[in-house]
Amino acid sequence: MEIVTLLMNGFFLAFEPLNLFLIIVGVVLGLFIGAMPGLGSVNGVAILLPMTFLVPPTSAVIFLGAIYYGAMYGGAISSIMLGIPGASTAVATTFDGRPLALKGEADKALVAAATASFIGGSISVVLFTLFAPPLADVALAFSAPEEFALMLLAFATFVGLGGDDIPKTFFSIFIGLVFSAVGLDIISGEPRLIFLDLPGFFHGINFLVLAIGIYGIGEMLWTIETTKGKVLISQAHITINRILDALISLKNGFKVMIMGSFLGYFVGILPAAGATPGALMAYGVAKGMSKDPDSFGKGNTKGILAPESANNAASTGSMLPMLTLGIPGSPTTAILLGGMVIWGLDPGPMLFVEHKEFVWGLIASLYAANFFAVVINLAFIPAFLWVLRMPFTILAPIIFVLCLIGGYAPTQDMHDVWLMLVFGIVGYLMRKLDYPMAPAVLAIVLGPLAETSLRQSLLMSSGSFDIFLFRPISGAITAIAITLLFMPLIKSFNSMMRRQMSKWPL
Amino acid sequence: MIRAEYTMAALMAAFSLYTMWKSAELEIGWIPNQGPGGGAFPFWLAAGMLICCVLIILRQIRKSDDVEEPKKVYMDRETFVLFALVAGSLVMTVGLIEYVGVYVAIPLFIAFYLRIMGSHNWLLTGSIATATPIILFFFFEIALKITLPKGVTEPMFYPLYGLFL
Repeated sequence: MEIVTLLMNGFFLAFEPLNLFLIIVGVVLGLFIGAMPGLGSVNGVAILLPMTFLVPPTSAVIFLGAIYYGAMYGGAISSIMLGIPGASTAVATTFDGRPLALKGEADKALVAAATASFIGGSISVVLFTLFAPPLADVALAFSAPEEFALMLLAFATFVGLGGDDIPKTFFSIFIGLVFSAVGLDIISGEPRLIFLDLPGFFHGINFLVLAIGIYGIGEMLWTIETTKGKVLISQAHITINRILDALISLKNGFKVMIMGSFLGYFVGILPAAGATPGALMAYGVAKGMSKDPDSFGKGNTKGILAPESANNAASTGSMLPMLTLGIPGSPTTAILLGGMVIWGLDPGPMLFVEHKEFVWGLIASLYAANFFAVVINLAFIPAFLWVLRMPFTILAPIIFVLCLIGGYAPTQDMHDVWLMLVFGIVGYLMRKLDYPMAPAVLAIVLGPLAETSLRQSLLMSSGSFDIFLFRPISGAITAIAITLLFMPLIKSFNSMMRRQMSKWPL
Repeated sequence: MIRAEYTMAALMAAFSLYTMWKSAELEIGWIPNQGPGGGAFPFWLAAGMLICCVLIILRQIRKSDDVEEPKKVYMDRETFVLFALVAGSLVMTVGLIEYVGVYVAIPLFIAFYLRIMGSHNWLLTGSIATATPIILFFFFEIALKITLPKGVTEPMFYPLYGLFL
């Protein structure tokens, strides 16, 4: 019952005029950002975070949360209309969305995507409301070794489940952590890693400099390269009657949407997994559940319902570990978490005790954002289609300018703008060689906390690493983390054995 | 592609070594009653980076010996020209911001991008290049109270400050 009261209070906060206004603006911006090919929630949140210094912290987080939601809805629009995923999270939506659009049923696909996003968002927000308080209660008992074990687990998921090149994933984690160590040593206060003795490194490397570099500058360079060819936009005929017809035809897709929502939510909680694999898995399961699996990939609406419900649910899921444990579940929540630290809202279980109002306001705003996103999405489909027709050469310079100013605003130091440019360009060149970027962003955000908890733990144990293994909770978490870290080795050993076996037929 | 892989791994290995050396300026061992020294955390992480780079290089050597990979180009000519233009203009813009400030550098960048990269007409180019700095000024300097870098153009803004701040 207590949850209901807290949630009601949250709604009062979310419906304050400023916050409500920001939710609506955030959703609209998110929808546009999501709809643009290449740009997704993570880019929107990274580039726009410096703009939110205008409003109080709570409103800022609510605004960014709304962008996150809107972008999840918007991603489907370009997947369907252009056949290019609006964000990586909407990759699976192209499989059936594009064929439907080519058949002249783009409206049906767009309505299916919006509805599934709404169902995914709603179910996951309810799950979130139920799971967050108990998880935060458990986490309150954590001390330094448990915190460090959790962070180890977060990084281990990238290695075990991320699916990227293993040495390059490790490299990305390490370099992110090293960047977080630049500046002053947290315990002795001595200057540390002042590269080239530049004074700009004394204040450390702000995570936003890395995030905007990679997700702003780097992403734009990437998009410019990949979209230099002409893209073909499908035609959509949209009338209210057609939207209603499409809505009615979705009624036999409920099972798929519910499956997608649950799957997406739980996959979303894992740091390395998140919305993209969640959506792909949901697509696979929907195909497996279907009586007519061959129709998938040729324009089956269920092929849109499953991934779209899953990616929205995953975005809520990724907020659960961020708010309760202080471990982000996705790159976007990593940036949100970094922002919260700037605003003095230290994420983690204490948030539920010390900033109750904020937490429940944010949760309530997710309910509201979900509602506005579906309404605005359905009502303004033509406006979003117009964005897709806008030449990228108009958007690109504006986004670049936002990045440059966004890199300057937090610290007001030109050193950081140069650094951001270097991160963007080098990040782009590395991404072309399949170095994953998300682990580095997560690492720079978690780095300071990881180092503090590691050093405190080692001090508690006078230097012995046993402390992570022989405390019940941290031991269990560390064991899972180690298993995940060794997963790629076990896998390659298995396949090597199989190859050897096949050489010797029995 | 293979050459790019080697070059990147070698550069990053060099950066790792430099970071290890920089970390060692602080104590990297154990300080009695204080725990690990300030340099320990980055030192071992940088060592980890170095190991990853070595692994990447070794794996590439083995792969190149094994099979003749189909030749993938890291960056074809067209991509390179595009990349050089965009990245080059960004570097120029940030360089210009240092000397003549945001309000000269950014309109120039926008005009360059719209007119030359996008071949849009002068009307569109002119209106976006004019509108952007005005919006930036009101949003950042007036609303957020963040002073953007102006370089030598600073004195020209004194009357505006008097008017709005």
